[in-house]
Amino acid sequence: MKRDFRFYAKLFYSTFSVSAFTFGGGYVIIPLMKKKFVEELHWIEEEEMLDIVAISQMLPGPMVVDASVLVGYRLAGVFGAVITLLSTLLPPFVIISIVTLFYQAFKANPVVSAVLRGMQAGIAAVIADVVISGGAKIVKSKDVLSISIMTASFCAVYFLKINVVFVILACGALGGIVTYFKNRRRAGT
Amino acid sequence: MIYLKLFWSFLQIGLFSFGGGYSILPLIQQQVVTLNGWVTLKEFTDVVTISQMTPGPIALNAATFIGTKLAGPLGAIVATLGCSLPTAILALIVGLLYYKYRSLTMVQGVLEGIRPAVVSLIATAGLSILLLALFNTDIITIRTLCTVDLKAIVIFIAGIAALRIWKPNPIYIMLGSGIIGVIVYYFM
Repeated sequence: MKRDFRFYAKLFYSTFSVSAFTFGGGYVIIPLMKKKFVEELHWIEEEEMLDIVAISQMLPGPMVVDASVLVGYRLAGVFGAVITLLSTLLPPFVIISIVTLFYQAFKANPVVSAVLRGMQAGIAAVIADVVISGGAKIVKSKDVLSISIMTASFCAVYFLKINVVFVILACGALGGIVTYFKNRRRAGT
Repeated sequence: MIYLKLFWSFLQIGLFSFGGGYSILPLIQQQVVTLNGWVTLKEFTDVVTISQMTPGPIALNAATFIGTKLAGPLGAIVATLGCSLPTAILALIVGLLYYKYRSLTMVQGVLEGIRPAVVSLIATAGLSILLLALFNTDIITIRTLCTVDLKAIVIFIAGIAALRIWKPNPIYIMLGSGIIGVIVYYFM
């Protein structure tokens, strides 16, 4: 990958468009980033993308900011991170500046609320698609540990409302412990 | 000095919000309504409404809105940077460590434990949004089950089908569902 002007322009444009479409919370960036950086541009591996999501989730602050800084850093170092940070901050900044001016008209507009209602269902479909792909991969692997972690963490977050930071830490610890014993067994034989 | 105050308040908002989504709301409210009295509770509610209608995280939207109100465009820039710069630097440091150590077997093991959980986290967020779209609430009771929005179900299923069959860029699905939203909710 040549890091010339065209590369940086592409990087800027990619995170800019992802940021401009993160309606409905931080998780919407996952399908958008995955499509752009994993499937379209082939700049990042799928597993790496999941790691970036986990790290962003554990860090404080808006997830979109953390994830785009990590992607920018991965692709072009600190300068890349600066570019992706700026391109992520720009869309909400511009949009809110404009909306603030026309807020009353915007809020009362029935067309706007119709667009938003339709988009909500569309966003749900986009996220469901990512979950189906990711979940199917884990089920197909027939790895008991991974399947149990997936089921248990879903119940912990959705039904028991446990803080996601603790869930990620616990799953990481579990993965670490299992690897530790696997390594020891391998060293013993 | 208002710029410093804005920067400092939004720095705290950026550094002490974990978990994302609406868990950040009380923190912003405390800073901008209770402690500093920059906006009224009514205006704060408006910020939340705007955030739901526009892309971008609530914290950044609030930073632009409140910064503009208090000190114009420069205030908005200062508040936005306060909210994002410290977290960005933190992300940079963690990213550096991740790319330095991720090939170690131990780190690999930890990450392999986390990946299935991330899929679940995405699923919980998706399920909440789906229930909100279908029933207008994310708490399901017998009564809300009867108020299911059939148009939303159709948009959802059509969206999934399109994504699985043609694998388009999700942006088109979002744009498309917005257009269908105008047709079915506004014109029909």
